[in-house]
Amino acid sequence: MADSMNHLRPLALVLRAAGTNCDRETVHALELAGARVESIHVNALGKDPAILLEAGLVAFPGGFTFGDDVASGAVLAHIIEERLRPMLQQFVDRGGLVIGICNGFQVLVRLGLLPGGSGKGAMLWNRSGRFEDRWVHLEAGRCECPWFVSGHKYFIPVAHAEGRFEWFPDQPGESFPESQVAFRYRNSDGDAAQYPDDPNGSHQGIAGILSADGNVLGMMPHPERFVRPEHHPYWMRLRPDGAIPTEQELPVPLGLDIFRGAIDHLRSRQGDLVGESEVR
Amino acid sequence: MSRTYTVTVIHDRDPNPSPDAELQDALISVGNSPLPGHLLASDAVFYLRVPERDCNKVVELADRFLAGSPACRAVVEEGVGLPPRSAGEAAIVVQRRPGVMDPVSHSVLHAMFESGFDRDGCQVRTALRYRLGGMEPAKDLLDGIAGRLGNGIVDEWCTFIAGEVESVPDPFREFPAHAQGRVEIPIIEVSDEELLFISEEGGLSLDLAEMQTIRSHYVSLGRDPSEIELETIAQTWSEHCCHKTLTGSVRHGDLKFDNLLKETIFQVTRDLDLPWCWSVFRDNAGVIGIDDEWGVSFKVETHNHPSALEPYGGAGTGIGGVIRDTLGTGLGAMPILNTDVFCFAPADTSIEDLPAGTMHPRRLMRGVVAGVRDYGNRMGIPTANGAIHFHPGFVGNPLVFCGSVGLLRREHVDKTVQPGDLIVAVGGRTGRDGIHGATFSSRELTEDSEEVSAGAVQIGNPLEEKKVLDGLMRVRDENLCRAVTDCGAGGFSSAVGEMGEHTGAEVYLDRAPLKYPGLGPTEVWISEAQERMVLAVDPAQLERVEQIFAEEEVECAVLGHFRDDGKLRLFHGEELVGELDVGFLHGGRPDIEQVSVPPATRTATDPELGSRDDLQILEELLADGNVASKEPVVRQYDHEVQGRMTLRPFAGADRDSPMDGCALDPLRDGSHQVVVSCGMAVAMGEVDPYQMACHSVDEALRNCIASGGTLERAALIDNYAWGDVRDPKILGQIVECSLGAADAARAYGTPFISGKDSLHNTYRAAGVSRSIPPVLLVSAISVAKGPLCAPGSDVKDAGSAMVLLGPQAAIPGSLLQLKYHGDGGVVARFDADLGPKLLEKLRHWIVERRVRAVHDLSDGGLAVAAAEMAFGGGGLGIDLHLDGADDDRIATLFGEGPHRFLVEVSPTEVDALLLEADSAGIPARCIGTSTDDGVFRIRYSGETCIESPVDSLKKIWKRSLEAIWPTP
Repeated sequence: MADSMNHLRPLALVLRAAGTNCDRETVHALELAGARVESIHVNALGKDPAILLEAGLVAFPGGFTFGDDVASGAVLAHIIEERLRPMLQQFVDRGGLVIGICNGFQVLVRLGLLPGGSGKGAMLWNRSGRFEDRWVHLEAGRCECPWFVSGHKYFIPVAHAEGRFEWFPDQPGESFPESQVAFRYRNSDGDAAQYPDDPNGSHQGIAGILSADGNVLGMMPHPERFVRPEHHPYWMRLRPDGAIPTEQELPVPLGLDIFRGAIDHLRSRQGDLVGESEVR
Repeated sequence: MSRTYTVTVIHDRDPNPSPDAELQDALISVGNSPLPGHLLASDAVFYLRVPERDCNKVVELADRFLAGSPACRAVVEEGVGLPPRSAGEAAIVVQRRPGVMDPVSHSVLHAMFESGFDRDGCQVRTALRYRLGGMEPAKDLLDGIAGRLGNGIVDEWCTFIAGEVESVPDPFREFPAHAQGRVEIPIIEVSDEELLFISEEGGLSLDLAEMQTIRSHYVSLGRDPSEIELETIAQTWSEHCCHKTLTGSVRHGDLKFDNLLKETIFQVTRDLDLPWCWSVFRDNAGVIGIDDEWGVSFKVETHNHPSALEPYGGAGTGIGGVIRDTLGTGLGAMPILNTDVFCFAPADTSIEDLPAGTMHPRRLMRGVVAGVRDYGNRMGIPTANGAIHFHPGFVGNPLVFCGSVGLLRREHVDKTVQPGDLIVAVGGRTGRDGIHGATFSSRELTEDSEEVSAGAVQIGNPLEEKKVLDGLMRVRDENLCRAVTDCGAGGFSSAVGEMGEHTGAEVYLDRAPLKYPGLGPTEVWISEAQERMVLAVDPAQLERVEQIFAEEEVECAVLGHFRDDGKLRLFHGEELVGELDVGFLHGGRPDIEQVSVPPATRTATDPELGSRDDLQILEELLADGNVASKEPVVRQYDHEVQGRMTLRPFAGADRDSPMDGCALDPLRDGSHQVVVSCGMAVAMGEVDPYQMACHSVDEALRNCIASGGTLERAALIDNYAWGDVRDPKILGQIVECSLGAADAARAYGTPFISGKDSLHNTYRAAGVSRSIPPVLLVSAISVAKGPLCAPGSDVKDAGSAMVLLGPQAAIPGSLLQLKYHGDGGVVARFDADLGPKLLEKLRHWIVERRVRAVHDLSDGGLAVAAAEMAFGGGGLGIDLHLDGADDDRIATLFGEGPHRFLVEVSPTEVDALLLEADSAGIPARCIGTSTDDGVFRIRYSGETCIESPVDSLKKIWKRSLEAIWPTP
């Protein structure tokens, strides 16, 4: 009985540290998506990493871990590198899902879990030189993965200062693998975006990337801030009577859909995560 | 033995580099524009002092952690020394002065310990090296730029022209030590003149009567006070801590008050006696109920004088301070929203008009916004409501109001300290920062303030406060403490003093964790070092409390315990350095009757409009800072974090049209909405302070209703910002303001639940003391049931009727009057009968969804409000037809007054709505329509007086603040 319950409600860990600040809403979003959620401090996980064996998903939420001192996510990435790297790598290798949002994305890139493989990424200061909070249009990448529908349009807020993804290929001139693009910034017509539709000037307008296996997602926009229709920034214009629209009446999917995709994926798996990745 | 290393991280591998933003701003602010080909770069510099046995770890730390990215590289040099620059590059090195908070160094240490560096032997300081290439600036230009990059109060810097070798002062040098132990201040046998001298010299800000009272008290004790005792009394009796002017007795013409606040605005709260007001005027914030289980707290604070001297640190610690008020409300509330309201002199103030020693408003503004941004964003709290006002009277003394809303359960609203409870200090360490902030805030800003008050300014460390927040919420939820309060002005002195007001306390000052050695007990006691809270903990719960804070990496120290005999006893080690009777401390201050002069009516002077036509006036008002889009500021604040927002500061088709307030879903389930708004009438204070207060209450509540709030459960916060209240005329204004605020609150049935006053906002210019214009900021908070009902201010459809609600407006007290140098006259009157009728009716229409858009009419009047509604329409226009005698035209278009809205109503609904308004006695008329042609047009008595594409008006409205925060 307990097993079947666990199967229906996979365990998601929300990893927090000093200065994490989107942990509570990330817990909320994962719960709405149907997960059992445990918010866990990186120190506690470092002491007892066995809980990773039970979990199907680990979320690195947004915030300013350690004040983003030195560089965004630098101190948390350093702590994970020193204490948790092998366990986390195992979790990823056996197909566990990892999502890093905003600061979490910065941590994953700093750790090298993203993009993974050959070549390195870096999250650098926005071209505008400052923090910006705005809703952005996104186009999902053309690939199959647990997180989103290939090529779909999303509309989700960003809020960051260091969100410019840059790509450092091992071979000069090598382009970023298209299959690992999770989201690109778009303008309201769905075309290539300029500032401010692209808030940071990323390489190829990239807003989020996947690992080669697709089970690790990093994104600057905050899907956990769009889990109810009234979070849409101009919901009052969407219905003739000005009432809050239903989810079906929204012109775009909720950000919550990204969490639902992940949890549904975990549910659809038979039993525990095993061996080689089932993701692709 | 330890060695020193300098690690410099150089970002020269970024494939797409942009100029360093800070350096570019600094260059522009000294009148130089960077050109293509100029290099503007910055390198992060880390000075590490490590024990001999850890030296082999430094290079790896530098490469993997301090650089740690393919975009940069680390250069490690032994000793204090920076790597050479490229030929032709000038440099500026900016670092914190010794003893000033350097948060980055804490994080670096944390990472070092993680890598196995010795916990006791390491020290870190940080710096920034800016490099300027391709321009070869002269020394004095470099010095000028450096003065913009750093602030002499907290930073030191060195400049190097091209080719000059860098050498910097030792970053590890220490502070001189202060006297330890008990210091006696002889006062019992000194003259009145000497008493005043002691107050002045010691920075105590106590007046003669207060010093005489203290002298008599010590005469009766037969001894002199110790330094720490005198400081404790000065802190406790400061205007900042006990609000002696507003809670004192005042004779105002025929009126006589024993306690001005209690008999005006607080009296209204008492008379209304609303069951959902859970905590009013007694805690760090007021608390109202959301439902039976949950409540919200609200408090707004000011941080004016620190922000005038060091805008970044002052504003940052302002927001940090008010967040701690929330954390210190009841047994701790969870902060869920920040608000901020600023007042500056106009951005185009000429250098000649700046009093000596003051910063230009543009620099202040940029610093203040950056301070609020960096602190609020790092705390993970949305900053989603506020305002920015401009008035020449703020030139030497800007105003920075920071508000905080918190969420807590009803069972956590009350707190009681019990004798024997432990005094537990948590959070940041105590240092020599912020000594005398409480008393400094009551002193005039002079050109020397920078020198004498350096200690009053602090640099915040939001990371520390976030950790305290996380720990404190756990302590609260496990019911482990009996009381908590924040260390604000006055530090431990006021925190422990307030908590032990009825019990007394015994404090061992040597047990407080220090940032560096050498602090005397008095300094520890009154230091206003940031990010500290004090808890009263039952000894049986101490272990668990210590465990939780250890898990959150927060330092926690037991300083002593609360007593049962009303004595405050202060020890340093074994030595008793001070002993005070809390009865005298909290009840001994002499109350001296203040006499005020009721303000006279000012003679009317017409504004000088010259040959401007109506369109020009509209364009100038839209470009005026008071009206212009605040989007360049608001976008820098995270206003979405925590995922609760249902109405943001900007919405509309392009998400860039201004809303009247903000709303959030506190419980994340759609069951309730918390609506927050504010009102302030900067141009009216000098014309009519009574009406100014009424208008501010009215504007806050109009904004609240427009944003989905309800009068049934709305509460108010007062923030007085006043000049020299020793001047009977200025005191008279504050009395009138209090009467106005009380009358308006009573009319609406909305209680004030908390407040704060900031008095003595004066500055010295050309040898003359000047007071700021009197200002009352009113903030409103309302709880509405169910999903949000708020149409927004953006016009939705073409062909709608535009309906003007409310009475006539007037020029006196308007932005137009202020802008074009008019003065005096009779302002539009607050109507205690119409106000609530109108708001209740409007709320009813909003809930029934009969209003498509609503916008309150404030700065700039009808024409400005109508234009703002069009800005959110996504290409729609507005066509208004107004009638009247031609000499009323300007007042009709641009006049201001209370009780006014412009609403968009569907054409099928408008007749019924006008009928309902008429039968309710609410002035309402259809004055035009929305159109699909994208043109903003106003006809007056048939003649077109304003006609312009909405887009071009919107550009004008957007560009004023964009010029201060230019985008690439």
